[in-house]
Amino acid sequence: MSNTQELATATEARLETTASRLRELVSHLRQQRAQLREEWARLITEAKLLTAMTKEEIFAEATSVYDNYVEALETGTYEALQAYARNLSERVIPRGVETHEVVGIVLLLRDVLARSLFAKYREDFNKLNRILDAYEPAANRIAATVAVGFVQERERIIREQQEAIRELSTPVLQVRERLLILPIIGVIDPQRARQLTEQLLRGIRTNRAKVVVLDITGVPYIDSPVANHLVQTVEAARLLGAIVIVTGLSPEIAQTLVNIGVDLGKMNTVGDLQGGIEEAERLLGYKVVPVSETAAQPA
Amino acid sequence: MQVPILKQGAYLIATVQSALTDEDLKQLRDALVGQVSKVRARGVIVDVTALDVIDSFATRTLRDVAHMIRLRGAETVIVGIQPEVAFSMVKLGLTLAGVSTSLDLEEGLAYLNRKG
Amino acid sequence: MGSALIGDEIRVSIDCDAAIVTARQKGRALASQCGFPSTDLAVIATAISELARNIVRYAVHGEIILRLLDDNGKRGVEVVAVDEGPGIPDLALAMQDGYSTSGGLGLGLPGTRRLMDEFEIVSDFGKGTTVTVRRWKR
Repeated sequence: MSNTQELATATEARLETTASRLRELVSHLRQQRAQLREEWARLITEAKLLTAMTKEEIFAEATSVYDNYVEALETGTYEALQAYARNLSERVIPRGVETHEVVGIVLLLRDVLARSLFAKYREDFNKLNRILDAYEPAANRIAATVAVGFVQERERIIREQQEAIRELSTPVLQVRERLLILPIIGVIDPQRARQLTEQLLRGIRTNRAKVVVLDITGVPYIDSPVANHLVQTVEAARLLGAIVIVTGLSPEIAQTLVNIGVDLGKMNTVGDLQGGIEEAERLLGYKVVPVSETAAQPA
Repeated sequence: MQVPILKQGAYLIATVQSALTDEDLKQLRDALVGQVSKVRARGVIVDVTALDVIDSFATRTLRDVAHMIRLRGAETVIVGIQPEVAFSMVKLGLTLAGVSTSLDLEEGLAYLNRKG
Repeated sequence: MGSALIGDEIRVSIDCDAAIVTARQKGRALASQCGFPSTDLAVIATAISELARNIVRYAVHGEIILRLLDDNGKRGVEVVAVDEGPGIPDLALAMQDGYSTSGGLGLGLPGTRRLMDEFEIVSDFGKGTTVTVRRWKR
């Protein structure tokens, strides 16, 4: 009975001392703020980290990171630091700051602070050990929080950019009333194929198109699932009342289409884009008249 | 849900208003095929803008309507198939082969007028 | 499978034409609530329509069960079509395009497989058929 009680008291005491050690640590870091921050900024420049930023900018960020760092040590909560890390990443990623730089500066700060602790407690080795016991887990958790925040932000930005690029990669151009052109350049993967279909079908509806020229001159090859998808897109367009003319089929793509057994009666193909547009205009009832002929007509 | 059928000039126009059961589809087919010669229509437009699903049964019925009406001497055009619906139809393997389609009612009328 | 069920499942009893419409409307609403884009909503609703019609056509009575799934953050819709009908004597044949014993287009099962990402079928001749299909959000 008395044993258990003693044990509980000991645990409580240990918890309390961890807290009191962290308090001691925090007050030390606050006192030494100016000097340690300076030291850290110097090391960042020396290690050639954050080269995309000016000295003043590095110093300003270093101040914020320092204060957030100390606050996380003091409160044991990481939400504010997490929010700051995300915000920082949002600002520095467009300027080309890399993951290793952000991780690097946080690790440098950890080392700067640890060294100042060595200096302060070098006379009392036992105390130094106890202070480090309290400091290290917190410092590691801070480093992880900042690094993860940065990587997540980077991934979010990459996802957004991929989405934007994908949309740019299938432009729907209206060249005349009722006539759309979709010039496709580059490899069509399944995801791009799906997007192409959606944009083509929506484009038909919003532009009230009757003819669509799908130019695949810039597509090096397609595999059979994508070829099938293209054929289905042509058929879906017909259900909306539009005709799709495919132009610029390479010999390889022609081979793929023949291999999957495409019903060529359903595919309207013309050799090149120019020919495709002429065919489209014919279908739309436009008449192409040479300029000299119109000029020669009497007024 | 009965589909209203209007006569406009030489054409019959059926406008689907909401989701149709198989029974509704069969009724529509019988009504159109019955009326087309009664009113001596030259063309039939079925407007399916309101349908968010056209499955195999609906496709088969629409195809039957078009074929039966052709046998009775008139043209049929299906108008208003939504992009998402068209995509699902071809994925399922349905293409309404041999049936005319147009973007909407206006285009459908223009198509029938051109056919004379 | 490893995917967790989100929320309650929806059960629709399939015994007549009108129930086919109810089942696909409920499936579309569920998928819409899960944030599927409109193209996928039409695809899912069409697949449900085909599965429900198979029940009415061949088994007379059965059930469509609709569920939202979460597989490590990936969201999806699962549709299970259960009946206690005669079962399918030759599954391989039934999965062929153009095969139909009811005078339809014969696209029901193979077409549904093309519409969805995952497709499983279990049929005991004389006991009934269960078709499970899933579509994942991209």
